[in-house]
Amino acid sequence: MTRVQVLDTRGVSRALERMAAELIERVGDEKLLYLVGVQTRGVPLAHRLAGMIGAATGHEPPVGALDIALYRDDVGPWRAAHQQPVLRATELPVSVDDKVVCLVDDVLYTGRTVRAALDTLMDYGRPRAIRLAVLVDRGHRELPIAADFVGRTVPTAHSEDVQVRVRECDGEEGVWLEKEVAG
Amino acid sequence: MSVQPAARLRRKDLVGIDPLSAGEIQLILDTADQMREIAARPIKKVPALRGKTVVNLFMEASTRTRFSFEVAEKRLSADSLSFSAAASSVSKGETLVDTALNLEAMQPDFIVIRHVHAGAPHQLARILKSSVINAGDGAHEHPTQALLDALTVRLHRGTLEGQVVAIVGDLQHSRVVRSNVLLLSRMGAKVRVAAPASMVPVGIESLGCEVHRRIEDAIAGADVVMMLRIQLERQGRMNFPTVREYYDFFALTPERLKLARKDCLVMHPGPMNRGVEIDSRVADGPQSVILEQVTNGVAVRMAVLYLLAGGHGEPTAD
Repeated sequence: MTRVQVLDTRGVSRALERMAAELIERVGDEKLLYLVGVQTRGVPLAHRLAGMIGAATGHEPPVGALDIALYRDDVGPWRAAHQQPVLRATELPVSVDDKVVCLVDDVLYTGRTVRAALDTLMDYGRPRAIRLAVLVDRGHRELPIAADFVGRTVPTAHSEDVQVRVRECDGEEGVWLEKEVAG
Repeated sequence: MSVQPAARLRRKDLVGIDPLSAGEIQLILDTADQMREIAARPIKKVPALRGKTVVNLFMEASTRTRFSFEVAEKRLSADSLSFSAAASSVSKGETLVDTALNLEAMQPDFIVIRHVHAGAPHQLARILKSSVINAGDGAHEHPTQALLDALTVRLHRGTLEGQVVAIVGDLQHSRVVRSNVLLLSRMGAKVRVAAPASMVPVGIESLGCEVHRRIEDAIAGADVVMMLRIQLERQGRMNFPTVREYYDFFALTPERLKLARKDCLVMHPGPMNRGVEIDSRVADGPQSVILEQVTNGVAVRMAVLYLLAGGHGEPTAD
């Protein structure tokens, strides 16, 4: 097993700063913006992006948390053996109607989590638009989904594991790539 | 230190509280807590049990529990069928096992059963491949009622541990009391029960509770008071002289409630007999959480269905 650090604490902060700047530029009216973190690590990342956007524009966008467990496609009748994911809180303090909702997650991989998040969000209302921001894009999409804002693109093999640690959840911070070493 | 939730509910059936560990109870309550939010959404439905079929096999009258299960099933997108004994082959003499085997031949995923005889869900759980959920069996258990009561207490108090809970009423005929005493004592609450001597089953203290003969002793300083229904329809041979006398000695009145903690919660599993076991001033008073219990019942049943749907098979990586 080898473990290579892709981003350190400073690298994570700089990636988020750049994503915040791009969000302000591309969304145009930051008053429409609503950041929604996907549980678990997307939530603290969304809060940090909101803080950065607030510091830059004077208007801090609202932040929500979305749990997609009840909308997943990898549990239930499609798998012979399965385990129900633990439910976490969904909290959307303001309505998504007519907002530009930016989903925030730590890693974009197959795209199945994002598909589930889109379905979840649609049950809460009709956003004006939905965008996607991820700290790491590791490739290998199984669905036609792409991120609008990416902190770092990391080419990976299926056999590798991308680990994102954020201080709010894990006590440490950074992005690591883990791979099995043959022999 | 509160109880750590189990990682999963590795079971096919929920036949009672008795087989559950404290960690499994905690997992069900944590999951139910998150399920509550779905009722506040503009679209009160999630696809988690899409394509699953649930048969509600109610062999004994029930309105609240059956509706609660039906709402829970619909909110999770399961297809549900409700069966009432009166309009079925049961009235033509079919046995419970034959009824269940015939229903299972239509490949349901869950069978929710309410039956007048204790042990009926256990028997079906042994012979059926479907998940069996006990919605009340005789005077034995009513696990989802105890879970919704526990969720209601936890939402108000933050924990069950150390809570003093008084349960007062017909202990003899009540399945609610057995499940509640088992659950509450397993989660670290202190349970007291009280009833007229004629309504105290032999050996009830072995479930893990203190037995009192006066309601006043049971509710003194209590954090929660749960009143049980006097089953007037089962009182053909009355266990007490008159309803009026029962009220005088065992009803929860505003005066008696003053003996409990100032913000003591008042609970009742319903249906209430106003003026028998509970005074309307208490039932409708500020400390009553009786209707919250009903709301939380839907969330608890959603959690049980959701977790049991993942109870079979081997765990897989996240």
